[in-house]
Amino acid sequence: MSERVAVRKTYKLFIGGKFPRSESGRSYLVQDSNVSLASRKDARDAVVAARAAVKGWAGATAYNRGQILYRVAEMLEGRRDQFVALGAPADEVDAAIDRWVWYAGWSDKLPQVYGGANPVAGPYFNLSAPEPTGVVAAVAPEAPALLGLVSVIAPAIVTGNTVVVAASPAAPLAAVTLAEVLATSDLPGGVVNVLTGRLAETVPTLAAHMDVNAVDLTGVADAELAAELEVKAAENLKRVLRPAPADHDWYADPGLTRMTTLLETKTVWHPKGV
Amino acid sequence: MFEYAPAPESRSVVDIKPSYGLFVDGAFVDPTDGGSFKSVNPASEEVLAEIAEAGNEDVDRAVRAARTAYEKVWGPMPGRDRAKYLFRIARIIQERSRELAVLESLDNGKPIKESRDVDLPLVAAHFFYYAGWADKLPYAGFGPDPKPLGVAAQVIPWNFPLLMLAWKIAPALAAGNTVVLKPAETTPLTALLFAEICQQADLPAGVVNIVTGAGDTGRALVEHPGVDKVAFTGSTEVGKAIARAVAGTRKKLTLELGGKAANIVFDDAPIDQAVEGIVNGIFFNQGHVCCAGSRLLVQESVADRVLESLKRRMAQLRVGDPLDKNTDIGAINSAAQLAKIRELSEVGAAEGAERWSPPCELPERGFWFAPTIFTGVTQAHRIAREEIFGPVLSVLTFRTPAEAVEKANNTPYGLSAGIWTDKGSRILWTADRLRAGVVWANTFNKFDPTSPFGGYKESGYGREGGRHGLEGYLNV
Amino acid sequence: MTATATSARSDLSELGRSETALRTFLHGLPGVDQVGAEQRAAQLGTRSIKTTAKAEAIDLAIRMVDLTTLEGADTPGKVRALAAKALRPDPSDPSCPHVGAVCVYPAMVPHVAEVLAGSGVHLASVATAFPSGQAPLEIKLADTRAAVAAGADEIDMVINRGAFLAGRFKEVYDEIVATKEACGDAHLKVILETGELATYDNVRRASWLAMLAGGDFIKTSTGKVPVAATLPVTLVMLEAVRDFRAATGRQVGVKPAGGIKTTKDAIKYLVMVNETVGPDWLDPDWFRFGASSLLNDLLMQRTKLTTGVYAGPDYFTLD
Repeated sequence: MSERVAVRKTYKLFIGGKFPRSESGRSYLVQDSNVSLASRKDARDAVVAARAAVKGWAGATAYNRGQILYRVAEMLEGRRDQFVALGAPADEVDAAIDRWVWYAGWSDKLPQVYGGANPVAGPYFNLSAPEPTGVVAAVAPEAPALLGLVSVIAPAIVTGNTVVVAASPAAPLAAVTLAEVLATSDLPGGVVNVLTGRLAETVPTLAAHMDVNAVDLTGVADAELAAELEVKAAENLKRVLRPAPADHDWYADPGLTRMTTLLETKTVWHPKGV
Repeated sequence: MFEYAPAPESRSVVDIKPSYGLFVDGAFVDPTDGGSFKSVNPASEEVLAEIAEAGNEDVDRAVRAARTAYEKVWGPMPGRDRAKYLFRIARIIQERSRELAVLESLDNGKPIKESRDVDLPLVAAHFFYYAGWADKLPYAGFGPDPKPLGVAAQVIPWNFPLLMLAWKIAPALAAGNTVVLKPAETTPLTALLFAEICQQADLPAGVVNIVTGAGDTGRALVEHPGVDKVAFTGSTEVGKAIARAVAGTRKKLTLELGGKAANIVFDDAPIDQAVEGIVNGIFFNQGHVCCAGSRLLVQESVADRVLESLKRRMAQLRVGDPLDKNTDIGAINSAAQLAKIRELSEVGAAEGAERWSPPCELPERGFWFAPTIFTGVTQAHRIAREEIFGPVLSVLTFRTPAEAVEKANNTPYGLSAGIWTDKGSRILWTADRLRAGVVWANTFNKFDPTSPFGGYKESGYGREGGRHGLEGYLNV
Repeated sequence: MTATATSARSDLSELGRSETALRTFLHGLPGVDQVGAEQRAAQLGTRSIKTTAKAEAIDLAIRMVDLTTLEGADTPGKVRALAAKALRPDPSDPSCPHVGAVCVYPAMVPHVAEVLAGSGVHLASVATAFPSGQAPLEIKLADTRAAVAAGADEIDMVINRGAFLAGRFKEVYDEIVATKEACGDAHLKVILETGELATYDNVRRASWLAMLAGGDFIKTSTGKVPVAATLPVTLVMLEAVRDFRAATGRQVGVKPAGGIKTTKDAIKYLVMVNETVGPDWLDPDWFRFGASSLLNDLLMQRTKLTTGVYAGPDYFTLD
C-alpha cells in the first residue's frame, strides 16, 4: 500500500469573513507554502470590509463580544497542535490562548474601569463611557508571530473596533491559520481582516486611508517607516499606537493602554429636574 | 421703553504694563533672539501692551529651565507639596478673579459677564480639582506608581485664554511635569498675569514658563527635542501639522481641535429651553468655541416654531462693549478672525442660504459681527461643513431620528453635540449613535473640571478634565 | 412685539367643551426643563440696571404694585390707611406715582372704595374662598359678586388645585368661566398657587387653562403657602402669555405675588418681562406685583436716587 498523499493548504487572505486570494494574483513562498502577497487594493478592500462590520460589532453587547472572544480561545485551544506544527513554541501558543481569555473578560469591565459618573458642580447627571474608535489598522510584530498577532488583534476588537491587520511578513502562516480560527468562532465577518505580504506595500495605504480611525504600529521595526506612517496617519488624525520597543515582553501583563488608545471617551450631560 | 443704562465694569482694577517680557525660570526676561508684537483690545483696537516674541533660543532657554526644574525640584517633590502649590494658585486666582476677568475681557473681547461668571470660576475650579490629584495619582487608575512624562510643551488658543491655560497647566503640574506654555498671540495678557501669580505663590522657578509669540514660537516649542509631551488646543489644520511634527518621536500628544457640532431639536423638545440652548450653543463667547453648536438640526414639524422663537430671542441679544455687565455678545477677537467669519458668511449667502440677523447697532471701532443665522442650509453648503468660529448658525432640518443622527455625524469633526427631547429613551438612543466626545442633552456648553472633554475624529484625541485628563500627562 | 405676525391664529374656544380635548391640549404643550428654566431666570437676574434705567424701573414698579393686605386682623381703618398710601406713596414727593391697585378681602372693599374713588388706582379683591378655594362653587361665585358689587374692579380668584392635580381640568376650567361671568366688567386674575403645583410643566398647563377659560391675568400665588412667586415660575408664565397671544391674539397679564420684597427683586422681574415678552407687558395694565413691603423699599431706593443719600425705614410710612 502506498503512503497517503496529504492535502496541502492554500494560505489566503482573510477579508470580510472570506478567504480570497490577493486580487493581484501574486503570492510568495514561506515554509514551502505559497502565501498571498496582498496589494494596495486588497488593503482598501479590507478597510471597506472592516468599516461595514463596525456597526454590528460595536453595537453588539459587551457580553456578546466577550462570549465570542472566549469562543476564539476555545477554538484556538482545539488547534493548539496545529500552531505548534507550524513552528510556534508550545508556551507561546498557550500564552496566546490565555491572552484571548484575558481580553474576553475585559469586554464588559473596561467601560466600568475606564468610564464612570463625574461629580460636576451643578444639577446634572454626567457620565463618561468609552466607545470604540472604529476601524483600526494594525501591524503585527515580527515575533512572536502568534502571540504578537493575538496581542494586537484582541485589544482592538474586544471593545468593538474592527481591525485590518498586516501579519508578520516572515511568519504569515500562523496569521492565516488564526484567521481560520476566527472564521469558526462566531466572529462576524469583517471584524478581523488579515493581510499577508510586504508591509511597505499595504501599510502605507492603511495609514493614509481616510476611513481608518487608528493605526497600531506595534510591529513596525523600521523607525523611518514608522515615522512616515505616523505622518500619513496625521492627515485625518488617526489615533496612533507607536512601535513596541525591541525588548518588549509579550508575555507580561499587557495593561490597558493598548485598549484605551483605541477608544473614544464620550461624556453625556443631562439636567436633573422635575 | 426700558433701556438699560451703560453698566461698565471698572477698568481700574487692572494694571497693564506698557511691555512684557518672557516668563522663564521664575522671572520676566527680555527675549534674546526674538522681537516683539502688540496685543490690542479688539473692542477698540487700542494697543494694550507690547509683548516679547520668543525666538528659538528663548524657547530653548525655557525648555531647559523646565527640564532643570523637573529634575531638581518638581519631579522629586512629594505629591502633597505639589498639591499645596496648586491649591495656593487656585486661591490666588479666586482672590484676584475680578482683575483677571477684566483683563481677559479687555484682551479677548468677551463679555465681562462671561469672563466673570464662566471663565474665572472654571479656572479656579480646575486648579482646585487637579490640586487634589497631585498626591493621589496611584488611585487614578493608571497603575500603582504612575510617573510624569517630564517637560510639557503647551500651545493654547485665544478663545478662552486663561481657561485653556488652566486646562493645560493644572493637570500637567499635578502629575509632576513642568511646563512651557505659549499663549495665543492675540491674548497673552492673562497668561502673563498668571506668571505673576506663580511668583506670588512662590512656585519654584522653572516649573511654569510662559513664552509669548505667534506660530513660529509655537512651532519651535513643539519641535524642541527637549520636550516629552505636546498638548495643543486650536485649529484642526495646525493640529495635523503638530501630529506630523511629533511623528517618529516619543513625545506624547494630545490635541483638542475644531468642531462643527450638531444641536438636534426633536419635536417634543422643551422649546423655550431648547431655544436658550441654541443661543448659548452658538452665541456664547461670540461663537469662538470649538464645541459651539454651529449646526442646528431641527425636526421639520417644529422648525417654524423654533425658528420664530429663536429669532425673537436673538433680538434680545445685546452686542457691544465687553466691559458692560449687560453685554451678551462682545467683540470678535481679531481682524483676521472677523475677515474669516465675513468670508464664510458671504459664501453661505452666495450658496443660496437665507441670512438673517436681528437689527443690531455695532460700534464703529473694533471688530464686530452681528449674531447671524442661515436657514435653508443643506449638508453640501460650506457653512454646514466648515468651522466658522463666530456667531453664525446654520439651520438644517430633518424628519426622523435616524436622519438626524446621520446628518449630525456627517462631518470629519466629532467634538460635541446637543440633543433636545423630553423622551429619555430617545436621548440615550441618540447619544449612543452620535460620534462626539461630549453630548449635551437638554443643555449645552456646560463644562466642569471633573468632566472629560475632547473629540472624536478630526476634533483631536485625548481628553482634558477629570481623571481622564491626567492620562495625557502620565507615562502610561 | 411682532411675534404674533407670523403665527396663524388658532381658535381654541372649543377646547373647554370636553375633558379629553383639554387634557390632550394641555399635555401637548412643550415641556419645561427645570434646570434650563431656572438658569435662564438666574441669568436674567444678573442684568445690571443702574442710574436712569434704575429710576425708570423704580417708578414703573411702583405703578405696578398691587398694595396688598390680606390679614384676619384687617380693619376698615387699616385698609383706608393703606389706600391713602396707594394714592400718595411718598407724601413728600409729588412726582412719585401712585400704585397700580389696592388688594384686600371682600369685606374691606367698601372702605377702600371710598378712598380710591376716581383716583385711577384699581381696587382688587381676592374672592372665591381665598386662599384655599375649598368651598362650594355657589359660595365662591357669591363671594365674587359681592366684591364686585362693593366696588372691586379686579377680582383675584384661586383655582381649585385639588381638581387640577387630580387631572380634572374641565372642573377647574368651568369654575374659572363661571367666576369670569360673575365678575361682569371686573378684570379677573387667576391665582394658580404655583407653590402647590410642584412642577413647571404644571405651571405652564395651569397658565394655559386659566387663559383658555377667559382669565385676564394669571397670578402666581396667594402668599399663604410657603412658596410664593419666584423668577422661574414667572418666566414660565410669561412664556405662556406670550405664546397664548401668538396663538389667539389675546393679551393676558401676569402678576407674581408674595415674597417680592426688594427693589432689586422687582427690577429682576422687570428685566424678565422686558426680555421675555417685551415692552407690551411693561405696563401696569399687563404686569403687577402682589406685594406689601416692596413698596417701601422702592420708595427708599427712589429717594436714594434723587437725593444721593440712603434713607431708612423710619422715613416711610408703615401702612
